[in-house]
Amino acid sequence: MINLRRAFLTGNEAIAEGALVAGCNFYVGYPITPSSEIMHYMARELPKRGGVFFQAEDEIATINIAIGASWGGARVMTATSGPGFSLMQEGIGYAIMTETPLVIVNVMRVGPATGQATKSAQGDLMQARWGRHGDQVAPVLAPESPQECIELVIKAFAISEELRVPVIVLIDEFIAHMREVVEIPSEVRIPIRRRPKDPSETPFGSPDPRVAPPMPPLGEGYYVLVTGSTHNELGYRDTRSFETHFKLAKRLWNKVWLNIDKLFEYEAWGIEDSEIGFVTFGSTSRSVRRACKLLRSKGIKAGYVRLKTLWPLKLDPIVELSEKSRAVIVPELSLGQLVLDVERGIGDSAKIISYGKVGGGEPIYPSELVKLASKVLGK
Amino acid sequence: MEFLNTKTYEEESIAMSKRVELPPIYKDIEPLLRTERFPTIWCPACGLGLLLKTFAKAIVKSEIPPEKHVVVSGIGCAGRIAGYLRIDGYHVTHGRAIPFATGIKLAKPELEVSVISGDGDILSIGGNHFIHAARRNIDLNVIIINNFIYGMTGGQLGSTTPKGAKTMTSPYGNLEEPFNVPLLAYACGASFVARWTVFHDTQLLNAILKAFEIKGFSVIEVLSPCTIFAERNNLKMLELIKMLRTRTRVKHDAPLEELMIEPDKPIILGNFIERREKPSFERSTLDIIKKLRGE
Ligand SMILES: Cc1ncc(C[n+]2csc(CCOP(=O)(O)OP(=O)(O)O)c2C)c(N)n1
Repeated sequence: MINLRRAFLTGNEAIAEGALVAGCNFYVGYPITPSSEIMHYMARELPKRGGVFFQAEDEIATINIAIGASWGGARVMTATSGPGFSLMQEGIGYAIMTETPLVIVNVMRVGPATGQATKSAQGDLMQARWGRHGDQVAPVLAPESPQECIELVIKAFAISEELRVPVIVLIDEFIAHMREVVEIPSEVRIPIRRRPKDPSETPFGSPDPRVAPPMPPLGEGYYVLVTGSTHNELGYRDTRSFETHFKLAKRLWNKVWLNIDKLFEYEAWGIEDSEIGFVTFGSTSRSVRRACKLLRSKGIKAGYVRLKTLWPLKLDPIVELSEKSRAVIVPELSLGQLVLDVERGIGDSAKIISYGKVGGGEPIYPSELVKLASKVLGK
Repeated sequence: MEFLNTKTYEEESIAMSKRVELPPIYKDIEPLLRTERFPTIWCPACGLGLLLKTFAKAIVKSEIPPEKHVVVSGIGCAGRIAGYLRIDGYHVTHGRAIPFATGIKLAKPELEVSVISGDGDILSIGGNHFIHAARRNIDLNVIIINNFIYGMTGGQLGSTTPKGAKTMTSPYGNLEEPFNVPLLAYACGASFVARWTVFHDTQLLNAILKAFEIKGFSVIEVLSPCTIFAERNNLKMLELIKMLRTRTRVKHDAPLEELMIEPDKPIILGNFIERREKPSFERSTLDIIKKLRGE
């Protein structure tokens, strides 16, 4: 039976607890604000539970150690923040190419460069999706509370093991350091890695594009050949042929996109009759939720779509929101990244307002959004 | 966002080139080689084939079953070695073979994990990982192929290029001091440090076996002739090969400061350092876990 345990945790602690419940048994990282508490928690808790904790010399080492450990059979997580996330990108691309399960948490802070290390931001949305070179896709999940940190980290492990893909969990400093009551499940089900039944089941080819190929374990005579270069279904390099590359690239792409129904989650509120809509994710959604309630109490019909999955993305809920609304506001702790999806989704069928604000640890306050919505509607 | 012209994956016959028959003297190592991948990409007279042979022989001699051996290579000509060995093999990003191998070793300490890669890969772009892995004394066997240059990318300067040598990026001669690799490895904490050339089959074989045996960070610098290096420095490949045979001297107890490779001076080879007192990092990691769990 699954029991729920109540605890009072920050988002960072909740990420760590979620990982432990999901059976994470290998953590590697390099300290960086505002993600370090995840690392501290794992350093303390993981060895007691038989797992390996390791501090690497930098984030480039971190991501490669993580990938090596995953091939060694471990269930692996690492956490970082903007500058470290940038350093990991080449490795994340390798993990995608070699179909390596892995969970990467990025706690967003103000950038670019060292920016403001302790202050919240949401400016890594595009980096999480597109930070690697070449055609590639890795799922990106975005919790809005410590409770959801637990739930979505568990989901991240489940997806990464099932689809053999690195999964990115994107939170921001506000969520990382806010403390709330959470309920932690005593156990969860994470898909067990499938091994090849026999040598005819190839480690890098799959008859069904939705299904990841089986992952051969190390050290058992499968003699697996793994490369980040273009390879055929056996893992053999082929850096010349168009067919081999195109087939591989499409399979890796479709493996994620064709599973969008499983991966994509969102929350919608008040969109049946909204005259003003919001599209949001992460900590900003908490202000949006409050603003919508305040607007409704003033007689203004407000509604929102909150994305829990940022990639792969379905535009349908955003389109639905826009069908009723006269205007759609996109508040973000950046100069505007999510707004590009909204523009892509709804074109000019409703007015789109990008409301970006970032720096100094300033949140977007509900009152600002109420004022903005009222002004836009002329009410 | 689905790609519309996706065909369901059809079992296509894998166009494998014909298996190459090896001469009888290679019978013992033939099962360890992916001969269907032959001929290798290496230039004629390149030293990497000799290393491949010697490493495969070491696996046979090690008495550790092949399935317990893993090899991790980075990017470069030397980085292709993993692809020709029929054991679990990883060809990772440029410079990251050591951290990758560290992850494997920490997750599966029972495996015999070797890193075989180029001097540029391990000591230039991967230099930070090298010094830290040596400091931790994690049980890896690191074989650095020193061909004095970046081979794969057309002959640029590396951190082991001798002073004065010409490369595409030092057309007027290298201004930099190269690493003294054994001294560096020792200073960082390696448990076993050796230098051989690809032509010293027996000594190299024994050094690799020693690296397998020692539970700690082992470094073998392997000097290897490269046609690109010869060409850039107006040497005939044969002269370079001869130089690696005639200018080398074996001196196991040579002071490490004397191991710098300098123009016109003898090149010292040997098994210089062997220390077994330091515990290996993965052992210490496991010991803590066991202690905490009262095992
Ligand atoms: C991040 C990155 N930078 C640069 C390269 C290009 N590159 C490929 S191999 C190589 C140098 C290889 O030299 P070395 O390690 O000495 O191996 P060799 O080819 O001489 O055996 C470089 C610079 C790369 N693949 N990745």
